[in-house]
Amino acid sequence: MDALHISISAETLFHVGSFAVTNSMLTSMVVTVLILLLAFSTKANLKTQGKPSKFQSLMEVIIESLNSLIESIAGKGKKLAIFGPFIVSFFMFILLNNWIGLLPGVGTIGILEKESVAKVESTERTSTEKVEEVSTTETTQVETHIESSEKEEGHTKFVPLFRPATADLNTTLALALISMTMVQVFGIKFQKLSYFSKFINFSSPINFIVGILELVSEFAKIVSFSFRLFGNIFAGEVLLTVIMALVPVVVPMPFYGLEIFVGFIQSVVFSILSLVFFNMATIGHHEEHA
Amino acid sequence: MKDIAIALTMGLGAIGPAIAIGILVASGLQAIGRNPEAASKIQTNMVLGIAFAEAVAIYALVVALILKFV
Repeated sequence: MDALHISISAETLFHVGSFAVTNSMLTSMVVTVLILLLAFSTKANLKTQGKPSKFQSLMEVIIESLNSLIESIAGKGKKLAIFGPFIVSFFMFILLNNWIGLLPGVGTIGILEKESVAKVESTERTSTEKVEEVSTTETTQVETHIESSEKEEGHTKFVPLFRPATADLNTTLALALISMTMVQVFGIKFQKLSYFSKFINFSSPINFIVGILELVSEFAKIVSFSFRLFGNIFAGEVLLTVIMALVPVVVPMPFYGLEIFVGFIQSVVFSILSLVFFNMATIGHHEEHA
Repeated sequence: MKDIAIALTMGLGAIGPAIAIGILVASGLQAIGRNPEAASKIQTNMVLGIAFAEAVAIYALVVALILKFV
């Protein structure tokens, strides 16, 4: 198993000022553009009479099934219009990001970068001693000596051009933060300020401790959301890489099937969990015990 | 020594979630058997519970991966 390129953090492709753009950011931008294209082309070709096209029927299946899911958990009414966009966006974004890692070319097409920074430092140290002794006319010879040792001792690193965005902990952490922030926003919007009586409750000592536990569990939910999604998709990437390094023909097929299934289930689970938390934040604390 | 740690992390970390998922699916199937009409509702909640249980196994996996590759 020589040089399996597996790295937990996404590799940077280029820098914009001092901001490093990684390959997972590039992939998530591609997926965002794809989702926008799907949305706008569905809206532009919308047929409300007559037979709808297959593409429109497919979009209707997705939207309708998600809407019925939201209604079954959150009940009918204005909650559907408020929660709907978030849930559908989470679902489409995470699903497409998970599945784009299975396309040929994602993770395999990339750039070969020379990794010789560490070697240059060591040769510089040895050569500075020589430069002090040698006069200025001979410094050019020392410089060429440094360059040649760079080429000899530097080894190349493979940087893939695309990487599924959800296989990067930054993206999943961002999604988890958005989800939990919206939980708080919806809680305040529906319950005004009595939402915070869930956390800070002085009516009895037990309720006070329960409030603190609820506060801790909000942060635990952020961690659990991000690590669940990241672990599933990154482990799938590692699994596929290892299997294809071992036996590249025929054997990866069931693992591809597993990855398609896992990608779908993880996006569904993220959406449903977000929906359940949105809903629990909008129902009053006292109604739960009714 | 590190290899043993990596293997033990993943191996021991998968025991609990596996048992939990087994119990969950068993009670889910029993519930569907008693009330086949509510099958889709039961299935939705069961998948939700399985995702929570599996997340614990994924935590162990992430620790093992970090140990191996970082």
